[in-house]
Parts: sequence; structure tokens; C-alpha cells
Amino acid sequence: MPHTQRVTLDRVTADGSSVWQGPPRLFGLNLETEVMKTDRPVNLNLFAMSWPIMAIASITHRITGVVLFVGVAFALYALDLAMSSPAGFAEAAALVREPFGMLVFFGLLLALVYHVVAGIKHLLLDFHHGDTLEGARMGAILTIVVTIVVTAVLGVMLW
Amino acid sequence: MVTQVLSLTRSGLADFVVQRATAFILTAYTLCVLGFFLSSDNLDHGALVAFFGTTTMQWFSTLAALSTVAHAWIGMWTIGTDYLRPAHVGGGATVIRFAYQAVCLLALFVYILWALSIIWQF
Ligand code: HEM
Repeated sequence: MPHTQRVTLDRVTADGSSVWQGPPRLFGLNLETEVMKTDRPVNLNLFAMSWPIMAIASITHRITGVVLFVGVAFALYALDLAMSSPAGFAEAAALVREPFGMLVFFGLLLALVYHVVAGIKHLLLDFHHGDTLEGARMGAILTIVVTIVVTAVLGVMLW
Repeated sequence: MVTQVLSLTRSGLADFVVQRATAFILTAYTLCVLGFFLSSDNLDHGALVAFFGTTTMQWFSTLAALSTVAHAWIGMWTIGTDYLRPAHVGGGATVIRFAYQAVCLLALFVYILWALSIIWQF
């Protein structure tokens, strides 16, 4: 196992003191970067991992983050239009009622609610609330359930 | 310590804190705007302008826009450094990641100017 082997670069001399044998150092810092291990294991192979519900909840937070990043453009476009004039407002309102506009609207709403709910769970975990195996499983399930309920309620109310 | 030239604050810990602080601000802003949409029946152009046009709301929107940019930059940077690495995309990873980050940066630049021009048009 080359990447777990501990390498010592000190050579102990006859009088018991040790002599540095590794790359040149300055105040303890390596001056050569080539000695960095290049055979470290790659543990982010997404296709070879198992996917428990916590992992699914986690990657969904990431995906919704990217969706929101792109979605900001649509939100700004609609807001710009609606704020420009009464005619623009009517145009924006009509856009949201088209199939594509509806898809974007509800897609973004779902992404936003999920991202915020999962984000709040994330903040709780940062403060070590529920960061046990069972807590994480519950948190993941709760995140998904709360998102579906809140999005459905908001969707009905906003429509 | 490795200094990440393109991370927002050049420090992982500071990035972590900024991402959480901006998440907090964005949650407050989302609730505020959502509350407005839910509480106003017969939403029209006048009501929209009356709501977003107050000075308090203009500054809150500005804060939210700036928070979005910081938050999204850190978030997209994290994602890029997770997946666009030699182990995943081959030897050109640094170039690919640079291009990716340039696209993100350009988008966020457009976003902030666009948002500010909407917020401060009155
Ligand atoms: C326009 C709004 C937003 C956009 C574009 C956005 C985008 C992103 C992106 C791209 C990430 C990176 C995901 C990852 O590293 O896996 C992220 C992370 C995060 N977001 Fe958001 N976000 C937004 C709003 C919010 C809000 C309102 C919250 C409130 C709770 C929030 C909470 C978080 C948290 C806590 C993280 C950190 C996750 C981690 O460290 O793994 N975000 N966001």
C-alpha cells in the first residue's frame, strides 16, 4: 500500500542525532513540491460509490445550487420585465402562464425550497445537531418531505 | 498551507463563514419577498414598484444581490475544485477549471450589474 506507508526521511547517525535526508527545507517547509505523493487514492469516483439517502439528499443540495445559479437569470429577466411598466408586467404574467414559463417557475420554486431547507439542515449539522448516523438519515428524509410539502403549499398559494 | 488564488477570500475557513452568513441573509430576503407575494392579492405593476421601490427594500435587495454573488461564487468554486481535477478530466484540468471559473465570474458580473440596474431604476 504505497500511499499509506509512512516514510521517514531522517537518517539517524552514529552519535544518535538525526540528519535530514529529504528535499531542502526552509523553516520546516518543503522547497520542492515534486515530492508530493502522486499516487494518492481517488475517492470521488461518483459512478463507483453507493448512494444512501443522505448522499442523495446531499448531491441534490449541490444540484439545486447550480439550478439556482442558472435560474437567477430567469428571475432577473422576469423581474426586470415586470418592474419596467404595466405592459411589461402583463407580459411577464403571461410568460409565467405559458408551459415553458410554468416549468421554469415551479422548477425554480422547488429548487429554492429544497436548497433552503437542506441549507438550514446543513447549518444545524455545522453546529453538531443531528450529526449521528441515524440523525443524518432522519435529516435527509425530513429535508425531502418538508421540501415537497412546502413547495406544494407555496405552489398552490402563489398560483 | 495552500493558498487558493481564485477562492473568494483565499482562506477555506473564511469562505465557509461567508457562505453561511450569506445563506442567512438570503433566507431572510427570500422569506421577506415570499411574504410580500403571498400577502398581496391582485398583484400589479404598481404594487410591485411600491414594494421594491422603498429605500429600505432597495438596500435589502442590494445586500441580497451582493450576498448571492459571494455565495454562488464560493459554491461554484467548490464544485469546480471537486470535479474538474486531473483525476476526473485529465491533464488539462487546470485550463478547464480556469475556463469554468471565468464563465461563472462573467455570469455573476452580469447578474450584479443587471440586479443593481433593476433595483436602483427609481
Ligand atoms: C440565489 C440563491 C442561491 C444560489 C445561486 C446558491 C448556490 C449555491 C451553490 C452553487 C452551492 C454549492 C453547493 C455545494 O458545494 O455542494 C451552495 C451551497 C450552500 N448553500 Fe446556497 N445558493 C443560494 C441560496 C441559498 C440560501 C437561501 C441558503 C439558505 C439556507 C443557502 C445555503 C447554502 C449552504 C449552507 C451551502 C453550503 C453547502 C456546503 O458547504 O456543502 N443557499 N449554494
